[in-house]
Amino acid sequence: MRIGVFVCHCGSNIAAKVDVAEVAKAALNFPDVVFATHEVYTCSEPGQRGIQQAITEQDLDGVVVASCSPRMHENTFRKTVARAGLNPYMMEMANIREHVSWIGQDIEKNTRKAIDLVRIAAAKLVRDQPLLRKSFAVTRRVMVIGGGVAGIQAALDCADAGLEVILVERESTIGGVMAKLDKTFPTIDCSTCVLGPKMVEVAQHPQITLVPYAEVESVSGYVGNFKVEVKRKASYVDFSKCTGCGLCVEKCPSRKSPDKFNEQLGYARAINIPFPQAIPKVAVINRDTCIHFTKGKCGNCEKVCPAGAVDYAMVDRMETFEVGAVVAATGYSLFDITQYEEYGAGRYPDVITSLQYERMLNASGPTQGHVGRPSDGREPKTVVFVSCVGSRDVAKDRPYCSNFCCMYLAKQSILTKDHIPDSKSYVFYIDIRAPKKGYEEFVRRAQEEYGVSYIRGRVAKVYPKGDKLVVRAADTLMGTQVEVEADLVVLAAGVQAATGAPKLAEKLRISYDHYGFFMESHPKLRPIETNTAGVFLAGVCQGPKDIPESVAQGSAAAAKALVLLSKDKLETDPQVSWVNQKRCVGCMKCVQVCPFQAIQEVTLKNGEKKAEVIETVCQGCGICGVACPQSAIGLEHSKDEQILAEVEALCRSWTVASCE
Amino acid sequence: MSPQVSYAYYPGCSLHASSADYDASVVAVSRVLGIELAEVPDWTCCGSTPAHNIDSRLSAALCARNLVQVRKMGRDQVTSPCPSCVANLRTADMKMAHKDFAESTNRLLDEPYSGGVTAKSFLQIVYEDIGPQALKELVRKPLAGLKVAAYYGCLTTRPTHVMAFDSEENPVSMDKLLEACGAKPLEFSFKTECCGASMAVPKKEAATTLSGKILELAELIGAEAVVVACPLCQMNLDLRRGQIAAATGQYSPLPVFYFTQLIGLALGLSKEELGIAKLCVSPAKALEKMAAKTPPPEQPERPAKEI
Repeated sequence: MRIGVFVCHCGSNIAAKVDVAEVAKAALNFPDVVFATHEVYTCSEPGQRGIQQAITEQDLDGVVVASCSPRMHENTFRKTVARAGLNPYMMEMANIREHVSWIGQDIEKNTRKAIDLVRIAAAKLVRDQPLLRKSFAVTRRVMVIGGGVAGIQAALDCADAGLEVILVERESTIGGVMAKLDKTFPTIDCSTCVLGPKMVEVAQHPQITLVPYAEVESVSGYVGNFKVEVKRKASYVDFSKCTGCGLCVEKCPSRKSPDKFNEQLGYARAINIPFPQAIPKVAVINRDTCIHFTKGKCGNCEKVCPAGAVDYAMVDRMETFEVGAVVAATGYSLFDITQYEEYGAGRYPDVITSLQYERMLNASGPTQGHVGRPSDGREPKTVVFVSCVGSRDVAKDRPYCSNFCCMYLAKQSILTKDHIPDSKSYVFYIDIRAPKKGYEEFVRRAQEEYGVSYIRGRVAKVYPKGDKLVVRAADTLMGTQVEVEADLVVLAAGVQAATGAPKLAEKLRISYDHYGFFMESHPKLRPIETNTAGVFLAGVCQGPKDIPESVAQGSAAAAKALVLLSKDKLETDPQVSWVNQKRCVGCMKCVQVCPFQAIQEVTLKNGEKKAEVIETVCQGCGICGVACPQSAIGLEHSKDEQILAEVEALCRSWTVASCE
Repeated sequence: MSPQVSYAYYPGCSLHASSADYDASVVAVSRVLGIELAEVPDWTCCGSTPAHNIDSRLSAALCARNLVQVRKMGRDQVTSPCPSCVANLRTADMKMAHKDFAESTNRLLDEPYSGGVTAKSFLQIVYEDIGPQALKELVRKPLAGLKVAAYYGCLTTRPTHVMAFDSEENPVSMDKLLEACGAKPLEFSFKTECCGASMAVPKKEAATTLSGKILELAELIGAEAVVVACPLCQMNLDLRRGQIAAATGQYSPLPVFYFTQLIGLALGLSKEELGIAKLCVSPAKALEKMAAKTPPPEQPERPAKEI
C-alpha cells in the first residue's frame, strides 16, 4: 500500500501548539507511508488540490489527514480523495486539533501525541477496504410536528414546493402562541390579522393534511422512510362533521372549565372552541368538567348539535403515517411564575403573566380588550412590568435569556397607554435587549413618546398594601431602593421547553439540552439539522426566538426537507453492521438491543434461524456487535482487525519509547 | 404525655437573659407536646453575628465546641429556639466538613469536632416531628380566630442551603401550627423581611425603620397580634416599640408573641408558665378579645379582611 500523510496547521490553531513539520517527518517512518507533507489550511481549495495532486503523482492508494475532528471535515476529505479516483473510505483522519492542540500547552508532548495519532490512523488505513454506497427509495412526504407559526411556515413552504405534508397539532387548533397575541412588535400590527390568512391557507392547501388534537406516539424507520404513529386524541366531537357553529358551547351548562387558550383568565365551557378564528374551527369536550362524563347526566351538546357531530363513545385512535422527513416545531411553554414567591403570583390575583396580559389586551380575549384587574375588574392606572421572571436567573436554573421579553414589554407598555391614556407604566429591567431591525427605535418610542419609565434593577418583592401592590426594587443606576405602588403587576414569564419536549426528542432520537430544548447538529453551521438524518428543527423548540426568527427557521427547515427529498433515491452510509451467518447462533440478542429495528430474523433454506442487518436502516452504532455472544457481528470500517491494528500501533510505539 | 421526640437543647444566650419568656414557653410547651429537651452541659455562646462578621473560623470554633458537647451527650440532634444560633451551628457543621477548614478550626479547640450533629430550630421540630394535625388534637383552648401575622424574620428559613426548612420567600410552617391552634393566620407579605436585627445596636434607625414597616403592614391587614420565632425579632418589635413610635410617629398597639406562647395558651397552659407578663406591649386586649369569643371553632367566623 502507498499512503500519503497530510498534516494541517489550521492557521495557528494546530501549528502554534504542535510541531507539524516534525509530525510529517515522523510519519515517513511508518509502514507503507511513502509521502508526507504539511499545509497551512488542508481544507482550503489549494490544500485539497494538493491532496489530489499527490494521489496522482505519488500513486497513493490511501490518505491520512491530520487536522480537526472528523465531525468537522471527514466528508470534505472523503470527497477530495474521491475526486482523485480513490474510494472515499480509503481516507483516515487524525484529530490533532480538538484532541491535541486545543487542549495541551506543552509543544513537545503535543507533538508526540500527534505523531501517535497519525501512526494509529496509518495503521488502520492499511486494513481499510473500499466500501460502496447503496441507494434506496424515499417517501416524498413530510411530517411537521406543531402548528405554531414556525410549523405553519414549514408546512406551507413544503406544500407549495409540491411535497405532501402531514401537520400534526396537539391542540384542537393550529396557531400556537402567536394566535394568542394581540399585537406584534415593532410594528404593532394585529397578530391574528397576519397569522390568520396563513392558518386558512393551511386548511385549504390540497397538499396539506391537518391532523389536529393529536400527538406523536412513536417513530420508527430512518431518513427517507420514517413511520410515525400518531395518536388522535378522543375529542368526543367528530371533526369531519363539526361546522364550528358554536351552538353546543352556548348550551353547555358546565361553565367552570379551565380556559387554556385564555391563559386561565376566566372560565370556558366544558365543550369549547378556543377562539373565533380557530383552524379547524371545531369544538372539543373537556372530559374532566363535562357533566355527561362526570355525573352521567346532561347530553345537551349532543341534542343541540345540528350536524350530529357529538360522539361520547369516541376513543383515542392510532394512525400511522409514512414520511421521508420530519420537522419538529413544537414551540414552548412558560416558566411557572409561582416559583417566585417573593412576587406573590398565585397568591395575589393582580400579579399576572405577560401572556395573560396579552389576552386581556386582545379584543377577542376574555375581557374583549378591556384591561381590568382580575381581583376587582377595575381599570389599572399604574402598571408595573417586571422582566426576566424565569430568565437570566441561575437560582431558578434558568440562566438563559428568553430572547423576546424586552420587546413585548415595550409593546405592552405602549398598548397600555393606548388602552388607558391616563395610565402610567414602569418597566423594571436588567438590560434592554433590542438588537434587531427597528427594535431599539421601538423601545425608545416607548420611553420617549409613551412616557414609560424604565428602571434598571431586579424587583425584590411585591406586596399588597390596601388595594395596591407595592413593587420594591433596586434602582441600580441611581443606587437607591425604589417602591412603586401599582394596580397591576405583569411578570415577563420566561420561555421554557414545551411540556413533554424531552419525550418527543427521545421518540425522534434527537438530542435535547439540560432545559429540554432540541439540539441542533452544529450551533453555527447546521442550526436546522439534528444529529438524526431527516429530522429538522423550526422555532422555539430549538431555543427562544421571536416571530420573524421562527418564521425564517420554518422556511429553512422546509428548504432542508426539500433538498433531502429532491432526489427519488438516497444513498446509504456503508459503515453498517453485518452478520457473519456462519458464526450466528440465532439467539437474536442483537434484534433486542438494536435501537433502530435494523436487524431482522431470517430463516435459511435448511430451516436455521439467523440474524440479518437491514443495511438501509442500520445507523452503524455498533451496539449489536457488543451484544453478540458469538462475535458474529462486525461493523464495516470499524472491524475488529482494524481497531486492533490501531491498538497495536499505539502499543508498539509506547514499548519502543519506554525502551529508549 | 410520655416523650416521643428527644433533642439536646441549646437555648442560646438570649433565652437565658432578655428572652427568658421564650425559654419558659418552649420548655412548658415541650412538656405537653412530649418533646424531651436535654440541655447541653456547659454550653457557650455561638458567637452570634459579631463572631462570624469578624472571623468565620472563630465563629465555627465557638459553634463546634457546642456541637462537641452535644456529641459527648451521645446525641446527634440539637435544637435551639433561636434561628440565629441554629444558622450558626448549621453553618459550622457544614464548614467543618471541609478538611482544611476543619483542621485549622480544630486547632482552636480542646476537643476536635468530627461532624455528625444536626441542629434544627424549635419551630422546625414542632412542625416536622409533631405537626399541625397532632397539635390540633392536643388543643384545649382554641385561640378563637385570633388574627395573627406570623413573622419569621430573615434566618428561620434562610440561607436556604443552610437552613433547608420551609420556603425561603413565603414560609408557612408557623401559620399552619397557629391555624391548628385555632388562630386565623393572615396573608402577610412581610414574613421574611428584616427587622433590623443587631443593626439596632450600631444604628438604631435601621432597626426602627424596618421594624416599623413590619408593624405597619401587620396592622394594615388587620392583625391583632404579631407572632415570632426569634428572640431578636421579638426584642426589636416589642421592646423597641417606643423607639419605633418616635421614629415613625406612629404607635402600634400590636402585641408580639412568641409562637410557643400562643401554642401554650391553646394547650391550656397558664400565662405565668408561658411568661406572658414579660411582654412589653401588653397583650391584654388581644387576650380579652379572644376570651370573649366562645371557643367552639365550628361556629363560623366572620372572614378576616382579605388582602
